[in-house]
Amino acid sequence: MVDFIADKWQDILFRSYQHVSLVVQSVLLATIIAIALAVLVTQIPRLRSAANMISAIGLTIPSLALLGLLVPLVGIGTLPPVIAVTFYATLPILRNAVVGLSGVSPTLLESAKGMGMGSLTRFRRVQLPMAWPVIMAGLRVSTQMSMGVAAIAAYVLGPGLGTYIFTGLAQIGGANALNYALVGTFGVVILALLLDAVLLLVSRLTTSKGIRV
Amino acid sequence: MSTTTSGQPAPEKDSPTSAVSGAEIVFDNVVKTYPGQSTPAVDNLSLTVPAGKIVMFIGPSGCGKTTTLKMINRLHEPTSGTITIDGEDIRSKNATELRRTIGYVIQGGSLFPHMTVEENIALVPGLLKWDKKDIAARVEDLLELVGLDPSRYRNRYPKELSGGQQQRVGVARGLAADPPVLLMDEPFGAVDPITRQRLQDELMSIQEELQKTIVCVTHDIDEAIKLGDRILLLSEGAHVAQYDTPQEILSNPADEFVEDFVGSGSSLKQLSLSRVDELELQQPVIASVGDEGSAAAAAARAAGQKDVIVLDARRRPVGWYSLGEATRMSRLPQESHEDISVVDRRATINDALDSMLASSHGGVLVTGRRDEFLGVVTFTAVTEHIRSTSESSPS
Ligand SMILES: Nc1ncnc2c1ncn2[C@@H]1O[C@H](COP(=O)(O)OP(=O)(O)OP(=O)(O)O)[C@@H](O)[C@H]1O
Ligand SMILES: [Mg+2]
Repeated sequence: MVDFIADKWQDILFRSYQHVSLVVQSVLLATIIAIALAVLVTQIPRLRSAANMISAIGLTIPSLALLGLLVPLVGIGTLPPVIAVTFYATLPILRNAVVGLSGVSPTLLESAKGMGMGSLTRFRRVQLPMAWPVIMAGLRVSTQMSMGVAAIAAYVLGPGLGTYIFTGLAQIGGANALNYALVGTFGVVILALLLDAVLLLVSRLTTSKGIRV
Repeated sequence: MSTTTSGQPAPEKDSPTSAVSGAEIVFDNVVKTYPGQSTPAVDNLSLTVPAGKIVMFIGPSGCGKTTTLKMINRLHEPTSGTITIDGEDIRSKNATELRRTIGYVIQGGSLFPHMTVEENIALVPGLLKWDKKDIAARVEDLLELVGLDPSRYRNRYPKELSGGQQQRVGVARGLAADPPVLLMDEPFGAVDPITRQRLQDELMSIQEELQKTIVCVTHDIDEAIKLGDRILLLSEGAHVAQYDTPQEILSNPADEFVEDFVGSGSSLKQLSLSRVDELELQQPVIASVGDEGSAAAAAARAAGQKDVIVLDARRRPVGWYSLGEATRMSRLPQESHEDISVVDRRATINDALDSMLASSHGGVLVTGRRDEFLGVVTFTAVTEHIRSTSESSPS
């Protein structure tokens, strides 16, 4: 095992980097999509139950199945993993963003309006900062989940540590099969923990002290 | 910087020299019917709010006070009729821009919890793109104006303030961009009676300085009598039951509705018409923060007093001790551990009586502009005043 890592550390690091990079980019994209959708949902109350339903059902779709559906559409390579990870990552953030944004008191928003803030300013300076801790909580859940989804996405020749896991599984009984599977799995777990620590820090730094709990 | 180039004397603290900065508001046949409702919430209201005055809106719940108020800053649009401020139709301007020229204060202050006190107050000046330095200076001035020490409170978050302090910041925020018009919807509804009374006093002294046009909704007839230059008493549908000075409303209620609303005991309410500054104030010997306790006590005793009043460097009362207490102190401290009973000189005699009952000194301290000490009102002075007024107006 030690030999395996010593032998392959450059490849391991590179794949770790790919893995994190895939997750970070997809989650960022997901955050923007989720917040945009959440704004829409909070503007049009009728959409709310639909949004809740989609995020509940969406999470029950097996990721392998989704990838299987994507391959005939966009081929193999980096694109299906990005789409799949972004899709799953959007759901928890969307749910939290809807809760967070609609949790801002209407009185406060009206008072903001009465003071002469336009709707964009109101969103940027009142609604979003106040919903931010809740959105960040969703973002953290989403990131953890995405680490796993990204591993599975390696099935369609995507980047990252997932390849190790699938190599290990494919060669079961072979010389390095266990090493591949273990390094792949632990690598994902360790990266997930590190990333969560970073996000926790980011969340603290970007949340106003006035609403920190 | 105490020198002025003009030969004018510095403004005296008892004679406000500032000009009226408020603007007249006129309602002309204003109707507001909410969508889906058959009867209008505001039914043909015509009204003039004079520039630089405080008009108190009062009436039963649901009679349309808030609706009327919110039409002034276009949070609600009238179904028909026009509203003008300073002669200009409010619809001639963009609503967002209009609102930046109208202060808006609601119950509890409604501060943004994720912004500091400074950021909250700086909001509207920021929207108006004031210079950063001007905004900082303005925040400082306003905090002083509402009686909060800027260095101590500027960087606090709303959750780190008491209800009364939050409300003060709310008022400061409403005044931030120096708007000619200030709208207040039950601004002091959420605080305890003593704090409310202080906030009212502060509002009056601020108003004396600034002379805005203030429209203030209240549920409290005593508050209306105390603060209002005029009271607008509304019934269902925002019909004007009476629009008059507090004196007139008390002594000549227009009809039974008004009479019921003002309530019985209106001769007692007359006490709300007299202000503390109509009473004779006693001028005791005072001490300063940092004075030696025993020396201060000796000086007070020599003057025949039973207590020592301590003022800070800006002549604001910070302590009120018995001779014994003072003697035991080596230096008179900056802060007192107990609440001292203070009323503004614009407070009503009713307020002064309330505070006196809570005071252990048989009197209250009276302060003027920016909490400067003016003198002491004693229980005897109040009873004397009541006796003389009831003799002069037998009713
Ligand atoms: N946004 C709204 N939509 C529909 N109806 C409303 C709305 N706001 C107020 N109303 C109705 O208009 C009438 C007047 O309401 P308004 O809030 O102006 O009363 P108010 O005098 O401020 O009462 P309160 O003293 O309880 O605050 C009420 O009958 C109320 O139900
Ligand atoms: Mg109301």
